[in-house]
Formats: sequence, C-alpha cells, structure tokens
Amino acid sequence: MSQTQINGRTREEMAQRLAQDIADGSYVNLGIGIPELIAKFVPEGREVIYHTENGLLGMGPSPIKGEGDPELINAGKRQVTALPGAAFFHHADSFAMIRGGHLDLSVLGALQVSAEGDLANWSTGEPDAIPAVGGAMDLVAGVKKVYVITQHCTKEGEPKLVERCTYPLTGRRVVDRVYTDLAVIDITPDGFRLVELSPGVDFETVQERTGATLLPADGATR
Amino acid sequence: MIDKRVAGPAEAVADIHDGATVMIGGFGEAGSPIELIHALIDQGASDLTVVSNNTGSGEVGLAALLKAGRVSKVICSFPRTANSTVFPELYRSGRTKLELVPQGTLAERIRAGGAGIPAFYTPTGVGTPLAEGKETREFDGQEYLLERGLRADFALIKGRLADTHGNVIYNKTARNFAPPMAMAAAVTIVQVGEVVDPGGLDPEAIITPGIFVERVVEVATPAHESELVAAGSTYP
Repeated sequence: MSQTQINGRTREEMAQRLAQDIADGSYVNLGIGIPELIAKFVPEGREVIYHTENGLLGMGPSPIKGEGDPELINAGKRQVTALPGAAFFHHADSFAMIRGGHLDLSVLGALQVSAEGDLANWSTGEPDAIPAVGGAMDLVAGVKKVYVITQHCTKEGEPKLVERCTYPLTGRRVVDRVYTDLAVIDITPDGFRLVELSPGVDFETVQERTGATLLPADGATR
Repeated sequence: MIDKRVAGPAEAVADIHDGATVMIGGFGEAGSPIELIHALIDQGASDLTVVSNNTGSGEVGLAALLKAGRVSKVICSFPRTANSTVFPELYRSGRTKLELVPQGTLAERIRAGGAGIPAFYTPTGVGTPLAEGKETREFDGQEYLLERGLRADFALIKGRLADTHGNVIYNKTARNFAPPMAMAAAVTIVQVGEVVDPGGLDPEAIITPGIFVERVVEVATPAHESELVAAGSTYP
C-alpha cells in the first residue's frame, strides 16, 4: 500500500484524546505501552481509580527516585506508588474484579482489531516465539468496556483494523472502540463506524488505511 | 504446642521430591521467595512441575532453578522477560514444557484447587487458541470454557510477617499469588522477614490463616532479585 505522509495524532495526543472519554469515578485498568500514558491526561476534576492486576486499586505514579519499593509494582513490573484510599489484594480477588465485571474500563494495545470487535494482541503466532498471554484474555472477557489504543497501521503500512484477524485471538467480539493516530472508531453491529477524525485527516485517508468498510460518523453526510 | 518454625530454608525444602509439583509465589520479583528457591536448587530435586506467573529474570531465583535443569514443565501466564534468556532456550530446545494459562484463569485454577473445586467455567479464552481441546458450555446465552482446579505438593511463598501458627501478612503487591497458592498445596512453606508469637498479629489483619501454612522460615533480610540481576549475580 503506497501512502503519502499523514500527520495524525502522536502517541501522547492519542492518550490525551482517550483520557477525555474516561468518566469521573471510573475504575480503570491501563495496559502496558501507550495505555500507560493516559493517566496523566485525565481532565482535572475527575477522580479515576487505577487497577493493576497484580493486586492494587488506587495505583499512583512512579515513586521519587530512591523512595520506591521493589514489592510495589504495576503489571509492567515497574515501581509505582499507592495513593491515599488504595487497597492491596491477592490475584484471585484481582481477577474476580476483572472477570466479574466490576471494572468500568480496560485500555489495551492491539496487533489487530476486526470489524466484529475481535482482538488479537498477544501473539503473532510465529513458531519460534515464546507464547505469553498475561491477563489480556481475562480483561477483555470481563471488563465492562474495552478500548483499544493503537497506531492505525503497522510500521510496514498494513492496516491493523481488519475484516478478520489473522493473528491468534485474545477475545472474540470484545472491543467497543478504537483510538488511533488517525481517528476514533466504534465497533458497531454494522462494523467499523467513524466517531471522529484526527485534526487534519480526512475520511478517505482513514478508509484507505482500514482493512474493512468504514461507515461514516452517525448523522454525517459525505 | 503448635510451632511451625523450621531452622532455615534448607530444612524447609528438604523433603521436596523428584517429580513434585511446586507452586512458587511472585509476580516478577515482588513476592518471589528467592531464598527458598535457592535452597531448592541446593537440595537437588529435579523433574519438577513449577506453577508460577513468570519464569524469573537474570540467572537467580526462579530463572536459576530453570537454568539448573530441574524443571520439566512450567504452568505459567507470562514466561517472557526482557532480561532472561534461560526459559526461551529451555523452551525452544524442548527441555522444559510450557502450559500457557491466562493470568486470571491461573489464579482461579489455584484458588479452586485449594477450595475443593475440581473445575469451573470461565468466559476467559473463549474463541482463542487457548480454548482448543477444552469443553465448552453455554450459560444464559454466553459461551464458557471448563478449566480444572490446580493442586500442588508444595508451595513456596514469601510474606512480611508470620506468627508461629503460620498466620501470614504480606507486603504490598508482593501478596499476588501467595494466598491462593497457600490454599492449594499439601505443604506450604512461607519465608517471612520476621516471626512473632501468637497474639503478635492483629487477627483482623491476617491475610493467610495459619491452617493453610505448614512451615515458617525467618529470612530477616531477603535479597531483591532486581538488585542481584543488576549486579550480574548468578546462582549457585
């Protein structure tokens, strides 16, 4: 696919855009990578409680250098802090929160998302790779809303939003919305539907870089 | 008189037999009972099945146990780390088998095993490669997978404080898999920073009740895996 250079949102701008959609009072699990950037962009006046699946609700930012505890870490195994009102718990309770539908939002990265909302984000299926799944399958199976944040295309320019995932699935029909550098797109019963374009990006560009039909935003005429 | 203390890590792991299934607590280095693992390496038991969320880092602790060739199978959710080549080499050469389990399913399989539940249905993994060969059933219009409870011969876990009855309190996110593992093993061995007399812990604050713990070992200043790895340490 030949592509002209389109300057969509940066990783930070994608995180900032998603953060606008996190409601006050939400319990949220942020995955590793771009999702980790989101917390610092949540608008002032909203209180969001972050869950990390290794046993903490009320996760705060990284500690001041020298004040961390190697036994206070996040799912990415980096040192974090516990905010006032935090709670520690064991893994079976942590995943009861996840699987039992108690968390409001999970934000994850993706290799591919299908028009039906299937997610592939744990394995490229290469025979020599070490398979590792972590908590992703539990998160997508149980959390009330699942948002994906990802570049619209791979480094090679292949669409990540596709008709059907070719990589091994993390979950079937689990994704609600996708935030990319180019657009915000909902997964609907009719397939991908545009919510909004990134500044300076037009519909045709997004459609060209999407591996399935993209429906125009609700109420929009083109 | 109940007193579950044993003299040291070596005594605590002395009877772990070849072929045993051993649950090892920890999420990354948080909660990894590194002194008990090193004692197990010294003890020499082999052909072990290890149930643990990860496969260790560097060449200390769990990674060192793997490197020593003592583990024939790991049951694990995330056997990949940025700074260890031990497990990838064992896996690719076929010397250590892997049963990959989603993290929440792993936690619940352990909890179920400890709670006398032989199997349960979960939505996690439906429609994925990890569902292959598993029985499915529909409840209220949704599909679920049947997963088996897990039990073990031994569990090696780490706490912050215990009393001589084996009641345990943990440190922050080092708790992770330890409470369910303590329930699921026939013999649970906990290393703690300090052992106190009965009455020295607030009963309201106890996380793992002593009924789930067989042996308590005091390791006053446990090593931190990340510091050993950063220093390039190996074990033995």
